[in-house]
Amino acid sequence: MKRARCFLLRGHFWVGLLPWAWMLLFFALPFALILKVSLSTPELAVPPYVSPFVLEPGAALPHFRPDLASYRRLHDELRALGLAGADLQYLAAWGGSLLLAALTTLLCLVIGYPFAYHIARSREAARNTLLMLVMLPFWTSFLLRVYAWMSLLDSSELGLINRLLLAAGLVDAPLQLLYNRGAVLVGMVYSYLPFMVLPLYANLVKLDQRLLEAAADLGAQPWMTFLRVTLPLSRRGIVAGAMLVFIPAVGEFVIPDLLGGGDVLMIGRKIWDDFGPNQDWPMAAAVAVTMVLVLIVPIALLHRHGRANGNGAQR
Amino acid sequence: MSARARAGATAWLVVVYAFLYLPILCLVVFSFTAGEITTELDGLSLRWYAELLRDEELIAAVLLSLRVGAFAASAAVIVGSAAAFVLARCGRYPGSAAFAGMTTAPMVMPEVVIGLSLVLLFTHPVFAFLGGRGVAAIWAAHTTLCTAYVTVLVQSRLREMDRALEEAALDLGCAPLKVFFVITVPVIAPALVAGWLLAFTLSMDDFVLAAMLSDPGSTTLPVLVFARLHHGLKPEINALATVIVAVVSLAVVIANRLMLSAQKKRMAAARHAAGISPAGRSAVTLRDPDNRSEWIAHP
Repeated sequence: MKRARCFLLRGHFWVGLLPWAWMLLFFALPFALILKVSLSTPELAVPPYVSPFVLEPGAALPHFRPDLASYRRLHDELRALGLAGADLQYLAAWGGSLLLAALTTLLCLVIGYPFAYHIARSREAARNTLLMLVMLPFWTSFLLRVYAWMSLLDSSELGLINRLLLAAGLVDAPLQLLYNRGAVLVGMVYSYLPFMVLPLYANLVKLDQRLLEAAADLGAQPWMTFLRVTLPLSRRGIVAGAMLVFIPAVGEFVIPDLLGGGDVLMIGRKIWDDFGPNQDWPMAAAVAVTMVLVLIVPIALLHRHGRANGNGAQR
Repeated sequence: MSARARAGATAWLVVVYAFLYLPILCLVVFSFTAGEITTELDGLSLRWYAELLRDEELIAAVLLSLRVGAFAASAAVIVGSAAAFVLARCGRYPGSAAFAGMTTAPMVMPEVVIGLSLVLLFTHPVFAFLGGRGVAAIWAAHTTLCTAYVTVLVQSRLREMDRALEEAALDLGCAPLKVFFVITVPVIAPALVAGWLLAFTLSMDDFVLAAMLSDPGSTTLPVLVFARLHHGLKPEINALATVIVAVVSLAVVIANRLMLSAQKKRMAAARHAAGISPAGRSAVTLRDPDNRSEWIAHP
């Protein structure tokens, strides 16, 4: 009680009121609504669902009658896994999303780690400029960067890459570069690379050079020093970067929509379709709930390692 | 590092920067075509830039995006700073962990989930007083998203800050509110400015939230661009991209310059105050762990 009074008196309560109210109204409450709508029945109405809370005449409190059809649909697909001819559109979309997100994360790491490492090892005067050059595309429009790849990968003889290949005589007919998984992967790596490079750089730049010198003095080969010293010390940067790429990549739908054409199924796109053209909001909400559940593990990882990343490199 | 390793490092940097910049360069080059095709330089002209200026739908979308961005960034700085204050200064209280989770969660949730949750809120009959989908809904969504980023930036600045400065001012009889505006705000000002700029660009660039929450009267720039990308490509979009790249590059270079010169000034002031000649400076004094130089720069 005394603590509560102190809290009020110190004025912190009043400072906290605005962000508390904002976050409850625009974050916590909407999430509760997702849960509720995922248990509703779709209907042609505005908004297009029937609430699971039914107020019967004479009753003081509404009854809770959840409709589990959306979850049952996901569950049925899970059970039908492996059966021939089963309709597995949601499961296939989940698989496609997780696979593409994992591949994107891996490629970003393979490209981004040596990149961040060499920026961190370059002259101090150059580092600032090099880092700014990584950030710059990130500040320009995301959609327009995806558009750039649309004209690069265009599958007609007008596509820039196809033109180069045709002019060089490497191919006889234009290649089908756009509207497939490869195109989506390139677009995702291109868009998410800065998310990987920045935490890795922040970690690697703080690496104590004396450790590397000590390892060299003690006779370690450079690659041994890297495996035994640099890599373990940058673990937190790797985890933070990987999660920063993986989490948005799982929910991504703009890149598959623009570069992937109709065949590339992704779960973010399923939510979008159920929400938009299909008008099946309960299904979209149920998929969103499963997405949050699936992503809780990577989010927790990011939370633990991202927070420690700030001063963890020199431990 | 051996000469070969150094050459390899440089080569890798060049390759990755080429990967990052060649697509953008292509956009810029083909914006100057006189023809109709987005991948052919059919004579040089500024035709598509003129087209851009005549495109009223596009200009309206740009203006709307700028407006939403400015309002969302300002609101996010206010809500985010207050949240950062609570997180950095209030310690633990019942619900503090939930609050910390809530303020930063929008940063790590897939946008499509946040978008869906907010659509459910704005279309819910009970919350009709919020005005339904439209510009205000987009503004609220962007503010919620950007608040998370501002909170993180301001919070780390507040934690680095030397509390002794505020305590000294209080001991000398300064009123708490005045302490806040004379000491605290100048110290965290760089984080506030950085937070505002980050929030502004996030809002300007956001497509998913804006698309889910827009009604016919509230087409922001990314929503319009997305629709146009589905209706055939025109060099006009290249021209738009070129303008955006030019503006952003200029802004980033200028901001970077300003930040560097401010940093140098602060360092010089700190050295001056500490009575250390430039020749005798050591790495330890330059590190300035408590941001002590900060208050010297803002006496």
